[in-house]
Amino acid sequence: MCENCCNSDLTLMADVFSDMQKNGDNLITVLQKAQDIYGYLPTDVLYEIAAKTGNSPAKVMGVATFYTQFRLKKVGKYLILLCKGTACHVNGADSIEKAICEELGISDGDTTDDGLFSLKTVACLGCCSLSPVMMINEETYGSLTPSKTVEILREIKGREAK
Amino acid sequence: MRIVIGEGSCGIAAGAGKVHTALTEALRGTDASIGIAGCIGMCFLEPVVDIYDGKTLLKRLVKVSADDAGAIAKAVKNNDLSAVSYLEISEEDSVFLKKQTRIALRRCGLIDPESIDSYLEDGGYNALKKVLSGMSPEDVIEEIKTSGLAGRGGAGFPTWFKWNAARKSEGEEKYLICNADEGDPGAFMDRAVIESDPHALIEGMLIAAYAIGASKAFVYVRAEYPLAIIRLQKAINEATERGLLGDSILGTDFTCRLKIKAGAGAFVCGEETALIESLEGKRGMPRLKPPFPAEKGYENKPSNINNVETFANVSWIIENGGEAFSAMGTENSKGTKVFALTGKIKRGGLVEIPMGLTLREVIYDIGGGIRDNKEFKAVQLGGPSGGCIPKELLDTVIDYKALSATGAIMGSGGMVVMDEGTCMVNMARFFLDFTTKESCGKCVHCRIGTKRMFESLTRITEGNGKEGDIELLTELCEGIRSGALCGLGQTAPNPVLTTIKYFRNEYEAHIKEKKCPAGECAALRQFVIDPEKCKGCTLCSKKCPVGAISGSVKEAHIIDTSKCIKCGQCKEVCRFGAVEIR
Repeated sequence: MCENCCNSDLTLMADVFSDMQKNGDNLITVLQKAQDIYGYLPTDVLYEIAAKTGNSPAKVMGVATFYTQFRLKKVGKYLILLCKGTACHVNGADSIEKAICEELGISDGDTTDDGLFSLKTVACLGCCSLSPVMMINEETYGSLTPSKTVEILREIKGREAK
Repeated sequence: MRIVIGEGSCGIAAGAGKVHTALTEALRGTDASIGIAGCIGMCFLEPVVDIYDGKTLLKRLVKVSADDAGAIAKAVKNNDLSAVSYLEISEEDSVFLKKQTRIALRRCGLIDPESIDSYLEDGGYNALKKVLSGMSPEDVIEEIKTSGLAGRGGAGFPTWFKWNAARKSEGEEKYLICNADEGDPGAFMDRAVIESDPHALIEGMLIAAYAIGASKAFVYVRAEYPLAIIRLQKAINEATERGLLGDSILGTDFTCRLKIKAGAGAFVCGEETALIESLEGKRGMPRLKPPFPAEKGYENKPSNINNVETFANVSWIIENGGEAFSAMGTENSKGTKVFALTGKIKRGGLVEIPMGLTLREVIYDIGGGIRDNKEFKAVQLGGPSGGCIPKELLDTVIDYKALSATGAIMGSGGMVVMDEGTCMVNMARFFLDFTTKESCGKCVHCRIGTKRMFESLTRITEGNGKEGDIELLTELCEGIRSGALCGLGQTAPNPVLTTIKYFRNEYEAHIKEKKCPAGECAALRQFVIDPEKCKGCTLCSKKCPVGAISGSVKEAHIIDTSKCIKCGQCKEVCRFGAVEIR
């Protein structure tokens, strides 16, 4: 079914499936745990989940694509979550997105070719008073301006180049 | 002395964690203890550090940075807090809290959210004890009825009515569900309650579970709220250990188990039937009502769903009586409401006020008015389901009916303030972008109608609007409103309808004159340099990525509008405010 693409180590899912049997975990919970393991949802893992949960692959894919939390592609080392909530919008989130896209040469949902950065816009990070806000991995950056944003990205690039 | 650091998500984002580490280091060897609290709601002053002597608050320090740790430690060691007075909250900013009436938020920022003892010391679980030691489920429902408490998630449906329906519904097994899928972009009060006072939610849910006869309960929390999930799980564990949750609660025959279900990110799951689908592990697509969840909800069993803030009010009502609650508010809206006040406001944060205050009182008296001395333009209530209320209606009272009459809604509590620089057409476009992405796709009117509206609005903001666009939008609004199954679709037109109603001139300026009066729509704005203000520093011409700015040193520069790509970098670098948008 999926021979040439992902070659994921499916044995990593053993505990997830046994937990499922024990606790009655639903499909969403299984997908969440799988994403925690692989960092995203590889196609062969989705097929495996379909087989083990007794769902059709179409149903599993349907759930995986319905929710914004699930990713079907690998993410970069640095995942940029750019908040586009109302407060951030009012305070200029669009110009921040433009700055990131121009600096990294990617658009929302993409990963840079070197695998360093992924950009994902999100509805609200809940730090409205610091807007506009972005989160890179665990770190939150607030009160952004386009140039401040570019500075932050270049600093990470510089660190990684060493 | 006891040093307490406010560590809600936004406090941590503002650097509270670093302050905590620095203070721990600096206070080593002293007898001062360090603790945490949740969010006091003064987001504009984070990180906040409170210094207590026993239970007495000695000083509230604001905007504390890790660099201040040394000075704070020294002041604590010398027992002379006047040395850190420069960090103390100002009189003016103190007004923010003084003008509020806190019920749902009464313990937020004051107790340690990670300690059940901290909650118990403050009278926590007394309401549950009162209920289990002498009130029948009917008594509880009656008390809630007296209080007039209505659903705080946005719809404002009477809470007692839902509880009563679920209680009377046939079936052995019943479920209680808390909707903590706070999806309105710009609202964060539910997160703050869970992060700052998780036991208040648990206690409220237990009382509700007792009233409806449920022995299983779920909290459906947004996955984007990791800290809330951690703290709630810890609270569940502690409450279970103390016999306040689980089997035979407080030695009675009342049993209730509580589980967290992390949502996976879908705005539509705030709709109760979609939430139930999601709880069952499916795509979160709304069901046709009736049957209502009270008859057939989770796993087709009778279920009752309330929002976090609704539950957070319950224990107060039981302890103080329904009449005390209904004494606050207006004829048809009782008690208090929490708002997340954000946008172009001076003092942004969490605000809990009695119903019946005016929008003006919240925005100006509590929020301090508009930032940077700009003009107020509109306030957005209710997020993607709500609307924009203009200046002329600032004296509207906060009340379910009065707010609905403006075309907006009370909503879950997002209150985003906008100034003259916010384009209302672009605002409508922003919300339609959101609903287009979040429409689950079940109903054609919503799935395709929101997309068509988004496209028209995009065209208008890009300067390609044409005669008849406003009428087209209005027609689409009516179609979606009447053709959608759930609340998301039915209310999706509100941001467009209210902006057309109150800011029609802005739409017309975009369409007819190809101008954005607020100067926000990039395609319609022109950057020009004011020769009076320009000092000829050349910074802008160096920064311009397309070489559109010319001029010699110490002479006024000029932007060639045919080359300008309107990126705004010149405006950002200019130190003299000489670059203007027209």
